[in-house]
Order: sequence, then C-alpha cells, then structure tokens
Amino acid sequence: MADVATAPRPLAGRRTPRQRRGGHLVPKVQRNVAAWGFLVGAVLCFSFFSWYPIVREVIMSFQKPVYGGGYAWAGWFNYNAIFHDPTFWIAWRNTLEFTLLALVIGFAVPFCVAILLNELRHARGYLRVLVYLPVMLPPASALLLFVYFYNPQYGLFDDLLRIAHLPTSQWVFQPGSGFISTAMISVVIASTWMNMGGATLIYLAALQNIPGELYEAAELEGAGLFRRIRHVTIPQTRLILIMLLMLQVVATMQMFVESFVLTNGGGGVGDNTLSVVMLIYQYAFEMSGASNYNIASALGVVLMVVLAIFSGGFLWATRERS
Amino acid sequence: MVRLAATASPRGWLPRQPRKRVPRTTTTRTLISSVQLNRPRGKIIYRIVLTLVIVVFTLVFIGPMYFLFTDGLKSTQEAISTPPTLYPHQIYPGTYKAAFDRLDIAQLMWNTVYYAVGALVFQLIFDVAAAYSLSALRPVLGNAVLFLMLATLMIPATVLVVPQYVTMVNLPILHLNLIGTPEAIWLPSVANAFNIFLLKRFFDSIPRDYLDAAQVDGASRTMILLRIVLPISRPILAVVSIFGLVAVWKDFLWPLLAEYGYTPTKETLNVGIWQASQETPQNLIIAASAMAAIPTIVFFLIFQRNIMAGLTAGGIRG
Repeated sequence: MADVATAPRPLAGRRTPRQRRGGHLVPKVQRNVAAWGFLVGAVLCFSFFSWYPIVREVIMSFQKPVYGGGYAWAGWFNYNAIFHDPTFWIAWRNTLEFTLLALVIGFAVPFCVAILLNELRHARGYLRVLVYLPVMLPPASALLLFVYFYNPQYGLFDDLLRIAHLPTSQWVFQPGSGFISTAMISVVIASTWMNMGGATLIYLAALQNIPGELYEAAELEGAGLFRRIRHVTIPQTRLILIMLLMLQVVATMQMFVESFVLTNGGGGVGDNTLSVVMLIYQYAFEMSGASNYNIASALGVVLMVVLAIFSGGFLWATRERS
Repeated sequence: MVRLAATASPRGWLPRQPRKRVPRTTTTRTLISSVQLNRPRGKIIYRIVLTLVIVVFTLVFIGPMYFLFTDGLKSTQEAISTPPTLYPHQIYPGTYKAAFDRLDIAQLMWNTVYYAVGALVFQLIFDVAAAYSLSALRPVLGNAVLFLMLATLMIPATVLVVPQYVTMVNLPILHLNLIGTPEAIWLPSVANAFNIFLLKRFFDSIPRDYLDAAQVDGASRTMILLRIVLPISRPILAVVSIFGLVAVWKDFLWPLLAEYGYTPTKETLNVGIWQASQETPQNLIIAASAMAAIPTIVFFLIFQRNIMAGLTAGGIRG
C-alpha cells in the first residue's frame, strides 16, 4: 500500500485531456453503464419507497376515494375536513406541549449531564454505558416497563408515593387537559429516560474537543465556574447544540410510539396525550370503516410543511454571520 | 456532522499503531482544573460528587431495569403487592416460562433478527454500491441523484407512513402487494440517505491514487470496490451496520403497519409484545419485555466501543 501511495502517478493510467473531452464515446458510455449499474438498486429503492411516496402524499391529499375503487379530485376538501376536526387542534396542541417539555427536560438534562460526566476522572466508562443502555432497549420493552410503573393499582411509582404518604396519581391516565398536564409529563419522563443517552454522548464528544487553554485563559481572567460555562463551554459547543436542538425538535414533533404504547393506543383521557402522528395513524387505520388515507395524507402534508418551515427558519436564524 | 472527518478517516484506520495508555488525569483540562481538584477541599467535594453521581445514575438507569428483570421472577401475588418487594422473596421462574410460551418469544425474536439482518444485507449491498458509484465512477446525472437522495433527509420518515403503506400494498408498475413480506421492511431500509451520505463522504476521502493504481493493474470496478475500497472502509461500514441493525430492532410504527395483523407469526418483537400486552397479565409482559431486552443489552455490551464511536462519527442521528 505504502509503495503505491508514494510512487509517482503512472502515466499510462492517466487519460490525456483530449481523450477525456470527447472523441472516445465508447469508454464514456461504458463507464456510465457500469456506474448506473452500481447505482440502480439504491435508485429503485429510493424511487419506490421515498421519492414516489412523497409525491403521492401530496397528490393523495387532494383526492378522495370513490365508491367502487379509485380516487377522484377533491380540491381542498381533506384540508377543510381536518381543520374543522377539533381533534386536529388538540393533537397539535399536545404535540407542541410534548416538544416544549421534551426540550426543557430532554435538551437541558443531557447537556448538564454531559458537563458533569466530563468533569469526572473516575468511572467514566461505566457512567457512559449506563446512560446509553436504555437507548438500546427495544422501545416496547422500555415503555411497557413504564406502563407497569405507572399502573395506579400496583405500579411502583404510586407505591413510592404511598410510602411517602403523598397523594397518588393516575400518571398517563390522569385526566386534565391543561397545557402542562400530568399525563404529558409522564410521557416525557419515559421518553427522556429512553432517549437521552444519544444526546448526552454527542455532547460529551463535543465537550472533549474544547481546547483546554480556553478554560485556562478564562480562569486566569478570573472567570468563575458559571462564567466559564457561559463563555467557554456553550460558545465552543454552539454548532452541536444548534444541530441537536433542531433535530430534537423535528424528532419530538413526530412523537408516536411513547404515547401510543403508554396509553395503549388510545391517546390518554380526553386525547390529552394524542400526538399529530398518532392522529395520522388513527385517520388512516383506526377509524373502523371510515379510515381515510386521503385525510391522513392531508395531515401528513401539513406536518411536513410545518417541519420544513421550522427547520428552514431555524437554520436561517442561526446561520453563521460572517 | 462536523466531527465526521476527524473520527473516521481512512488514514486513521490503515496504520494500526498500538495505543499508549495515557492516564486520564493528565490529558486535556476541562472546566475545572486538576490543581483545583487536588486541593484538600476540592478532593472532598469531588469525592462527594462522584459518589452521588454514581449512586444517582445507577438508581435512575439501572433501577428500572432491575425491576424489569426481577419482577418477572416474582409470583403474580408478589408482583402486585403493596408495598413492593425489593427482590423476589420466592424465585418463580414459571413467569418467564409462561411468557416465553404464550408470546412465542422465540418466533418473535427470530423474526426480528431475520428482518434486521436482511435489511442490513440489502443496505450494505445497494448503498455501498451506490455510494461507490457516486464517489468514484461519477455517472451522468450522478449529482442530481445525490441531491435528490439527500433532499429526503429533510422529510421525516413518519410523515410518509400513509403513502408508503399504500405504495407497499400495490407497488406501482409491478403491482405487487408486499405487506406481510420481509421485503416490506428490507427494501425501504435501503432508501436511507444518511447511509449514502456517510459512505460517499468516506469514499471521497480515499486517495484517488489507490483506485487509479488498481485500475492500471487491470482490476475491474467490482474488484476495486471489493479489494481496495471496502477493506479501507471498515470503520464506516461498522457504523452503518450497527445503526442499520439497531434501527430495525427499534422501529415500531412501520413494522406495526407492514407486518401486524396480516401474518401474526411475522411480527417483530416490539409489535408482538405490544399486541400481547393488551390481553396478557402484566407480569408476563414484564418477563417478555425483559427477554426482549436481553439480546440488545448483550449486543450493546459487546459492541459498546463501536456504537459510541459510531454515534459521534455518524454525526447526529438522534
């Protein structure tokens, strides 16, 4: 290997510029045929399972099913239908609530944990494995465990509250539809426990790339602990923080499995943990007899547009100013 | 994303020098200097914080998992008693046995492994070939294809479940119904722009001279891919493979749609346990969840170094 790398480029292997520019059509065609041969499998999969569904979703959202099969043009009918469905607004409100709570808990906690872990000189490997372990569990396992903990009759959490002589809670099935509801907080707790490992480890890697001299300089200037975090740690990890913030918002807006498993597919008392993706699922597959892929597609398009506007706006707002 | 080049470069893999063990304390300084920590007061505070962190983290992260594994060993009576018992007073392995038989864990586990490995094989073959083509062979319209692939990163997968499902029920042109077949999980997993991105970026960083030299020696394109590109690319292939497996293992919504209800013997662990949870006593479900968790925990403990390195190399996958 090393010989190859240091040897002068063999002349015979280089095409002269004249040859490359035109003239020899056959090798060019051959090269393209070979290249497309390598490419075709992935391109077919992308076409069928990614590009086509994107287009199809938009088309379907403007269609309605016709009795006897097939679809007909429906204009804005599906969009009208979802905008007039009260559940639509409940689902959006819940999703925003989840996103907000997940950010307060799920964004700040991993960052603080990462800072803490980065300071420790012992047991680093152990703690890292610990934090990441729940991420590896199958989500159904982790969430069904929380279903068991949250059970009002014999669940661990209520048992602990009873031992402490505190009023018990219904957790995910706690009625009430205030903006910050107990039910949603219960979902966020389970979700954070399951998911925080990934973000923590990414922050940890970012923290380890901060040059030590910066802290030293800050310390010499007399900056205390919190000012060092404020003026060294955060600016130095800014890029990662921004990227993760965006990805986390996009991910939490698509929350499905947490609420779905914890509330047994129902969406909580009075739909107070029903998310937008759950509503898509319900529109498409769970309205016995009245399932409607087109209405579900319209909701999918709305979610897609919202997420696109959010990510675009976010990237624009945080772009590097030069 | 920024970190990628640093962690996973082909040069970093080739000359495998034995790593010197540097004591952790003397490496880079962090927020708090070692000097500060070595003062008597610093030492005491550090000890307290360290103990606290270890205890709290163990309770928070291992605690729930402790109950996951031990509550399956309790008898139903003991599992629902108040206050809860800290450990099973009477070991009762019958629960595990019953859960294993009733939910057919062996079948569910086999299904999941089958889907995950199959998806991995398809991803490795098609995505590696595509990335190689885009990186080294550069066909006409290659950049347009790459752009279209990367553009799908902007569109979250869950938004597309409905049209994806409808497409799967009746595949355009071919008119096949793939719902309930393993291909319904394998093929969409290939359409993963992140894999293409990671692989192409890595292939781009392989010196052209290697490929040119092999071509001069008369190697075919496939030969170059198999004998030169792939061996150099082991680190990135490891990342792609691990995340490919984990993604299928962890997925819920798509397997729920693609494999649920139609052919119950083909469900994944996630979906199977969830479905059973609606009509099965809860301690059986806990035992089943524990059994479902064991393979992933073992997998994680074996590959933890690769997984954690891959997490930063693979950038931010969420």
